[in-house]
Order: sequence, then C-alpha cells, then structure tokens
Amino acid sequence: MINMLEVNETNKMIEQDNLDVRTITIGISLFDCIDSNLEKLKSNIYNKITTVAKDLVSVGKEIETMYNIPIVNKRISITPISMIGSAACKTPEDYVELAKTLDEAAAKVNVNFLGGYSAIVSKGMTKQDEIFIRSIPQALKVTNNVCSSVNVGSTKTGINMDAVRLMGDIIKETALVTKDEGSIGCAKLVVLCNAPDDNPFMAGAFHGVSEADAIINVGVSGPGVVKKALEQVRGENFEVLCETIKKTAFKITRVGQLVAKEASKRLNIPFGIIDLSLAPTPAIGDSVADILCEIGLEYAGAPGTTAALALLNDQVKKGGVMASSYVGGLSGAFIPVSEDQGMINSVEQGALTIEKLEAMTCVCSVGLDMIAIPGDTKETTISGIIADEMAIGMINQKTTAVRIIPVIGKGVGDKVEFGGLLGYAPIMPVNQYSCDAFVNRGGRIPAPIHSFKN
Amino acid sequence: MKKSIITVIGQDKVGIIAKVCVYLANNNINILDISQTIVSGYFNMMMIVDMNNSAKPFDDCSKELGQIGEELGVKITCQHEDIFNMMHRI
Repeated sequence: MINMLEVNETNKMIEQDNLDVRTITIGISLFDCIDSNLEKLKSNIYNKITTVAKDLVSVGKEIETMYNIPIVNKRISITPISMIGSAACKTPEDYVELAKTLDEAAAKVNVNFLGGYSAIVSKGMTKQDEIFIRSIPQALKVTNNVCSSVNVGSTKTGINMDAVRLMGDIIKETALVTKDEGSIGCAKLVVLCNAPDDNPFMAGAFHGVSEADAIINVGVSGPGVVKKALEQVRGENFEVLCETIKKTAFKITRVGQLVAKEASKRLNIPFGIIDLSLAPTPAIGDSVADILCEIGLEYAGAPGTTAALALLNDQVKKGGVMASSYVGGLSGAFIPVSEDQGMINSVEQGALTIEKLEAMTCVCSVGLDMIAIPGDTKETTISGIIADEMAIGMINQKTTAVRIIPVIGKGVGDKVEFGGLLGYAPIMPVNQYSCDAFVNRGGRIPAPIHSFKN
Repeated sequence: MKKSIITVIGQDKVGIIAKVCVYLANNNINILDISQTIVSGYFNMMMIVDMNNSAKPFDDCSKELGQIGEELGVKITCQHEDIFNMMHRI
C-alpha cells in the first residue's frame, strides 16, 4: 500500500522542485487533406485539426486535476506542410495562406504552439520545397503559434549544402521581418539533421510520414527534481551520482507515461512515445545548467562540462527507458540558452561560448538552441554554424539542430527579451572569420562511412 | 476499485480531521485508511479514500477540499492514487 513518505516525495517534487509534464502533443496526419485547390485545402486542414484536437486542452486540464500534476503545454504537430501544400501552392504567398489557416486552427483549439510548417530536404530540394522555404519568414511574421523546421541532412543522405546556404538567408530574413519584436520569428524556426518523426517538442515538432493518422506524444521534464536529488549525494563518487540520476529519471518518466496513457484513453487516440527529456524553463530551480553545477562545475561551460552533460544525458535515458513502454522523440537533456537561467548566468559570466555549446551538443539531445547572436552576423556565417552542427549530427547518427536568433539592432553586451517560456538571452559573440567560399560551393556533402569509427 | 489520496499539510490546530471527515461523509466518500503525524507543530495527514460512490465528480471534490484547506489555513490536495503507484511501484 502507498505510504506517506512516497506521497510526500511525489508532492514535494511537484510543489517545490517544478516537476511537470512539459507537453502533450497530438501528431495529426494531413495527407487526407491534400487538394489542388488552395481554398479547399485550407478548409480541409482547418476542419481536420479542429476536429481531431478539439478536446486536447480540456482533457489535459482534467488530467492535471486528477493527479495534481501541471501539464505546461498542449500542442499539435502536423505532416510537413511543404508536402501537403505542394499541389495547391504555386508561390511563397500561397504557403503563407496555409500558415494563417494553421494559426487559426491552433487558436480555435487553444493550443500554444503548432509545429510542422516544415520541409524535409535532407538530400535534395524540389521546386516546391524551395518555394515553401522562401515563405518561412513571412509565415512566421504573420502568425503567432506556428513553428517551422527544415531538415537539411541525415546520416543516411549526407548534408544538403544548398539548403544549408539557403537557411542562412532565411534565418536572417526572418530576423529582419520580426525585428520589432526582438527577431522572435527565429525562435520559432529550427534547422535539423536526423529529425525524428515523433518529436513532441517545439519548434522542431512535425508529424512524420511514417506515423499513423493521429498519435499522442508526451514530453516530460524535471531538471529541478534531478538537481534536488543530487544535492543529497554531494561528494559521492560517480557510481552513486549516476544511480541517483537514473532513479530520479525513472520516477519523472513514469509520470509522463501515466499522463500519456490517460490522455490516449480519454482522447481515443493511440499513444505514440514518451520523449525522455530534461527540459528547462526560465523559472529559478528549473535549470539543466544548475544540475551541471551540482555535479561539480563552477559554471556550465567550465572544463568538464561536456563529460558531465554526457553522463547526465545517458543516465536520463537509462532511467527513463524502463519507465515507459515506448520511447522516442529527441530524448535527452536540452541545453537552450535563453530558456535556462543557469545557462544565461554562465554566458553573462563569460564561462560559456558558442564553441563550447557546440561541443556539448555532441553528447546531448538537439543542438545550438535559443542562442542570440549579433544582428549584423552575415548570412554565410549563419550557414557555416548550421553546417558545423549538421555535421555533428550526421557523423554521430544523432539529431542535431540550430535555433539561432540574429537579433537585429543588437550586439554583444546587449540582451533580448522574448517573454514567457522563451525567456531572455544575452547576445553571444560569433567567430568573425569568413566561411563564404565554403558555404557558397553548392551541392551536398556525401553520406558518411559507417565503419572505421574513430 | 480506484482509490484517491487526500493529503493535508500545515500548521496543527483543533478540528482539521473533523472538518475533512464531515465533508467526506456528506459526499458519500468512504475512508479506507488514515495516517497522521505531527512534526515540530506541522500537521501531516494522508487519507486513502474510495470515491466511486461520491455524490460529486472528482473535480468538484478536489476544489471544495482545497477551499476547506484555505479556511483551515492548511493545504489539502486530492489526487488519484495512480500517480503514486506509477512513480513508486514497478
């Protein structure tokens, strides 16, 4: 029988250590909405989303009350829109019309983000893909809740350097058209390598072509809980440290599994996966960087950071895998800068640079995330940063991503405020040397060899 | 049978259990188990209850128990038992 100690432990995690379920995301296939008539397509998409996801928010609230566990976000991911719109959209403006429809549908069902304004161009771009990608800046300007992503490489296909080059321009243009709001459009745009089909987290979520008609994916969280658990084992050896992280990750993930199964039952939509994640928020005590400090670093970014993050990431997966029947998505610790007060402190202290963050992305989920850079950073430099990050993903058979924000009108030493879960960020310096001749070569980087691993 | 867990945490005073129990009885909620401790003046109680025949839906009971807690100056939380079973039992 349940005892008081266990009940108190769980409730302390929720009330004091920021334990929450970060997101319930419904993945919705839009393939059955395809039509060559743009107006018809728009109405099909609107109807499908507002029908499948109509009870998402109310069911989420019911589950919150039932278990007294906060479910921070209720979201939707959809089939990449470059495919869904390719028969109907002749110009970037046509795709922007679809973005508006998605925004309206998201507002109607009251979700805070909808992901899948996306294209998958890992090997090559069709003409439609390119038209779509060119629509992204305007689409992010005229919508509030739509998130966009472009997958430009994979371990199997190599890296599409034409797309990498183009995305440098697109990110800069997005920053320009949303400059009045701190270039916030770029916070909703991510460039990926090896993008998973079932990621519930924004801005990279989309409903992959390998997925069923509709599916429930859940992202868990709880860096504060891990931090508190590690406070109890200060000075202990790595065995004790790792066991503590593993056991805590198990408990956190079990809550995600419970919420996912309950949501699946109530919405009558199959359960897809749990994303085993440590997702920080700007709230004090909800930071992945603070865990790294608790492991023994003065600031995130100090020597030893990559090793500490590697063990943290691995133990989270080891503990989480047994707690859930299906695991997928990005699974690992997130290291966004603006969304993590500990990371912000490290940057402001001068302890953490983009280069160190790049090294950290080799051993944890995702990549260069929510990093503000000077607004006058060249397009080609942004492409170079993307290429580096994609190469890490391609060679190491993992997902990597770049969500970088060139904040127009701001330079190193300034800050940009995004508000809410997106937080604020100090502008970080970027290496000033040119990579123009490299990124302008055109074509693609071949897929890597899968033997002789060194 | 699906059970729920009611926890009461806060400064000890006269009549906390009485008030909660009266509410439960009035709403046909059966108490299966009670454990309670007081540590340095802090009242800590856990009840396991059967709400299957409750006169009101779970949401309402949860809210009303929360209000009783506010009146008493303690925190009352009502949760389905599965969150604890999932977290602490394999």
